[in-house]
Amino acid sequence: MSFVEFEKVSLRYSEGGPMAIEDVSLQIEEGEFISVVGPSGCGKSTLMKLISGLKPPSDGYVYVNGRQVGGPLSIVGMAFQAANLLPWRTTLENVMLPMEIVEPWRSSLRSKRAEYEEMARAQLARVGLAGCEDKFPWELSGGMQQRASICRALIHKPRLLMLDEPFGALDAFTREELWCMLRDLWQQQPFTVILVTHDLREAVFLADTVYVMSKRPGRILVKREIDLPRPRDLEVTYTDAFAAHVHVLREAIGRVREN
Amino acid sequence: MKLSPKVRDRLAPWLLTLLVLVCWEAICQGFSIQPFLMPAPTLIFKVGLELAGPIMEHATHTLMTTLIGFAVAVAVGALLGMLVGSSPIIYKALYPMLVGFNSIPKVAFVPVLVVWFGIGTVPAILTAFLISFFPVVVNVAAGLSTLEPELEDVLRSLGASKLDILIKVGLPRSMPFFFASLKVAITLAFVGSVMSETVASNVGIGYLMMSASSSMNMPLVFAGLFVIGVMGVMMYEVFARLERHITGWANRGQNAAM
Repeated sequence: MSFVEFEKVSLRYSEGGPMAIEDVSLQIEEGEFISVVGPSGCGKSTLMKLISGLKPPSDGYVYVNGRQVGGPLSIVGMAFQAANLLPWRTTLENVMLPMEIVEPWRSSLRSKRAEYEEMARAQLARVGLAGCEDKFPWELSGGMQQRASICRALIHKPRLLMLDEPFGALDAFTREELWCMLRDLWQQQPFTVILVTHDLREAVFLADTVYVMSKRPGRILVKREIDLPRPRDLEVTYTDAFAAHVHVLREAIGRVREN
Repeated sequence: MKLSPKVRDRLAPWLLTLLVLVCWEAICQGFSIQPFLMPAPTLIFKVGLELAGPIMEHATHTLMTTLIGFAVAVAVGALLGMLVGSSPIIYKALYPMLVGFNSIPKVAFVPVLVVWFGIGTVPAILTAFLISFFPVVVNVAAGLSTLEPELEDVLRSLGASKLDILIKVGLPRSMPFFFASLKVAITLAFVGSVMSETVASNVGIGYLMMSASSSMNMPLVFAGLFVIGVMGVMMYEVFARLERHITGWANRGQNAAM
């Protein structure tokens, strides 16, 4: 069985209401980087809620790590478009937040705080935030806040990282910087990534597999393997092979929007 | 002479107060207004000094009464606010009653309290409490119920319990709201205790003013008003400082990044 499996999953938010997603089946292998693209309101975020156990499916089954999802999973880390850092905590304290909640870190936090803080500092250094540990979130730029948010999502060493349009609010240059940051993080310590995005270039540059979803009710329309060699450099985004992938996906999305 | 902006900000409230007092004095003197109608500030000050002992005694009593009522209001208000803010059903059930109760003028309630507890300090404490707990409830509830859903998702997906979310996020997040409400509540508490003392008590600044006005001693009445005002400003300042100290992160100024 794959690391994440959807078996004919449907979800409606209210009884008798419209389907948010319908008949979705997909498999994600451990260590795979997948991306989900589609028009707004197609239920991309719903997929994340299903995998993280925040919502049970109305029909079908969701399995993560060989077990049916029945509630929140501590092997999951999440980051969203808004960095959602807590303004009364320093950057370091923000990154430490999951350690105060997730077992087994939580119960050993008191005795090993120094060690865990060292981990958090190392994680911050890895995303280029060395020296910002004691700054408050509002003293950081938007891109730096998002870096810290991704640190927070990774600090408890989750096996599955879920990102919901994490770079959507950033300018184009910062966004490309953060693509490279995420690529490097993923290549250093293997974990599975589900990236929900509007940005096709982002999806093709980062992911192994890109799924295109239809308008509401969300269904998987296209599954496309991105066979570009790794490690990928930003240069790759100017190649013909890259452009071809983006083009095919763009056409698929175009068809979705017309129907 | 140019004053630095900091000094200017410091001096402004004092200068304005002084200006108002000077105008007041000038009007009283200029139109020879009778002291039993409108005493001049100098006369109020003089009477205040003469009777400083009894005034301070009554003022201390009023201050204690107010602070006790205020403390109860903060405790009850914060607790109710947490309940109302963290559960939509309690919110729906309790809100109409709270709003209804808050609309009743508390002075209408004092006679009821007197029947239950007799004349004196207890009704004053209770009136201070009743009048000042509502803003605390509303603010704490607002702070808790406006939590960003994404942030809640992040925490819940990590397996955080409702209590975890309340302690890690809800309460710190509602602190600025809470302290803002304390500033309102402390001044309201003075209104409550003095009002109750005026109607039904034999100690406190309210009682002092009541008995002074019945003997047409207007300078003493005004001295009492001044003392209440000064106590109110002082307590407000205490909580404003506390607020700046504890929730400085909420007033991040113009250099905010986002």
